[in-house]
Amino acid sequence: MKAAVQRRRNWAGWLFVLPAAAFYVVFVIQPLAMTVQYSLYSWDGIGVAAWNGVQNYLRVFTDPDLFAAILNALKLIVFFSAVPVVLGLAIAATIRRIAASRLALVARTVIFLPQVIPLVAAGITWSWLLSSTGLVNQLLTAIGLEGVTRAWLGDFSTALPAVGVIGAWVLLGLCTLLLLAGMSKIDPALYEAARLDGAGAFREFFSITLPSLRQEIGVCVTVTVVAALASFDIVYISTQGGPGNASMVPGLEIYYLAFSEREVGLASALAVVLTVLVIACALPIQWLTRDRSS
Amino acid sequence: MKTARREAWTGRVLLLVLMAFTLMPFVSLFVTALHPSGTYPLGLDWPDDPQWGNFADAFTAARMTELLTSSVLIVLGVVPISLVVATMAGFAIGHLRIPGRRFVFVAFVLGLTLPFEGIITPLYYLVRDMGILNTRWAIILPLIGLFMPFSVFWMRAHFVNMPEELSESARIDGASTWQLFWKVHVPLAAPATSSLAILLFLWTWNQFLLAIVLVDDPLQRTMSGALGAFQGQWGTDIPLLCAGSLLILTPTLLVFLIFQRRFVSALLQGSLKG
Repeated sequence: MKAAVQRRRNWAGWLFVLPAAAFYVVFVIQPLAMTVQYSLYSWDGIGVAAWNGVQNYLRVFTDPDLFAAILNALKLIVFFSAVPVVLGLAIAATIRRIAASRLALVARTVIFLPQVIPLVAAGITWSWLLSSTGLVNQLLTAIGLEGVTRAWLGDFSTALPAVGVIGAWVLLGLCTLLLLAGMSKIDPALYEAARLDGAGAFREFFSITLPSLRQEIGVCVTVTVVAALASFDIVYISTQGGPGNASMVPGLEIYYLAFSEREVGLASALAVVLTVLVIACALPIQWLTRDRSS
Repeated sequence: MKTARREAWTGRVLLLVLMAFTLMPFVSLFVTALHPSGTYPLGLDWPDDPQWGNFADAFTAARMTELLTSSVLIVLGVVPISLVVATMAGFAIGHLRIPGRRFVFVAFVLGLTLPFEGIITPLYYLVRDMGILNTRWAIILPLIGLFMPFSVFWMRAHFVNMPEELSESARIDGASTWQLFWKVHVPLAAPATSSLAILLFLWTWNQFLLAIVLVDDPLQRTMSGALGAFQGQWGTDIPLLCAGSLLILTPTLLVFLIFQRRFVSALLQGSLKG
């Protein structure tokens, strides 16, 4: 009798999940299925859609412009992910000992600012800093490097790295603080023991700090890699993918294809590829860095 | 001892450099905003005659009052509904042990890293067919769905740690599941829900892609979407653009500075769990 009541009550619990599931199915799962469906058709968004098989996917991988966008997203990983994580590690390891000081508390707030402001604002601000009369060129001139000054976002060879710098600026603070929070959980006795054994700062970093931060590093890498692959706001504002196609990324290409060039099928095929790419990158990182003990 | 002190100094210097690197863009933005409208100043150059009026001009040009109202309305649409719906789901999956909870949970988790660009195209047609294109609902309803994986994930993480005895004793007192949820668990979940509210506020306020695709009129968008339109319109007038950008940033900055502790810990935890 009691078990029956229990069982009925458990099934009733589904009513609590229903609203959340409804929102999720209608506005995420359904459009996701539609993206897959659209990707198999040729459609201008207005007329009748024509079956197109895997043609759209073939174009994504063979059209040099489309494939270049995917490659650009992969290159952005260096700036969005590698730079903030490596620099963040170095910074966090250096400031670990003064993490509780008043300066560090102020710094915590300050270096978090880029996480709070809209990416659009970061894009506008850095477009100005990287422009031909902007602060970056002013600084370069001040140290005698007039020779390299240029409109960084308008130059074919520097547009993509310049977009990357903006991303690095946005993500560095988050990575530093996440890693610092992880370091504060390491048992200080480990460091004391290492010091007594005569280990230097480098040895300490590689033998104690780095292995203990497995989970935090995993989180930083996942968050930043996803940010690089799915970048949109910063590129839209700072370069629109230009000059030419030099800084085009899949997110922006999908937007142009679907809403300017009316190639809904092709846009959807690229969207599927992007989604698969993001999940294919995020899952293994999560799995590799997961805490084995839990 | 000596090395410890040296390390402390290196740390302090590094912190200052990092803070300068973070703040420099804002300083440049601010200084540029004070130059006469329509000029092309250098990146960091204090003007001879600071034009404080630029902020007033930008306030009018950007129609700040309307923008603020629009963003607030969108946040008021997204955050409360998301909180209630996600708390209920998190409670059922994490605490009630409903049958099939693993499956439901995994289904939500799979949506965690989904890039919004992946579904933006059908979302446009979906929202159009619902007849809400170019209204704030076009941003509100899809955002609730898109934030649902994280929200459910976050709330479930809270509810799995709630002791079973708590519910047992309420049940003995004759509480129904519905009463148990509202009278016992919702009040206890306040720390988790308030952090989630902060994150959802921030992500809604800063949402750009949905705003520019689904709503044409900048005055019906989020702050971020409006800023994009402002750049398109005033992009050539650098001082005015800088002043406008700063104004549009101000509300988020104020909220951040007031709730900074909660913000930082919510965002750190948010990315750790995500």
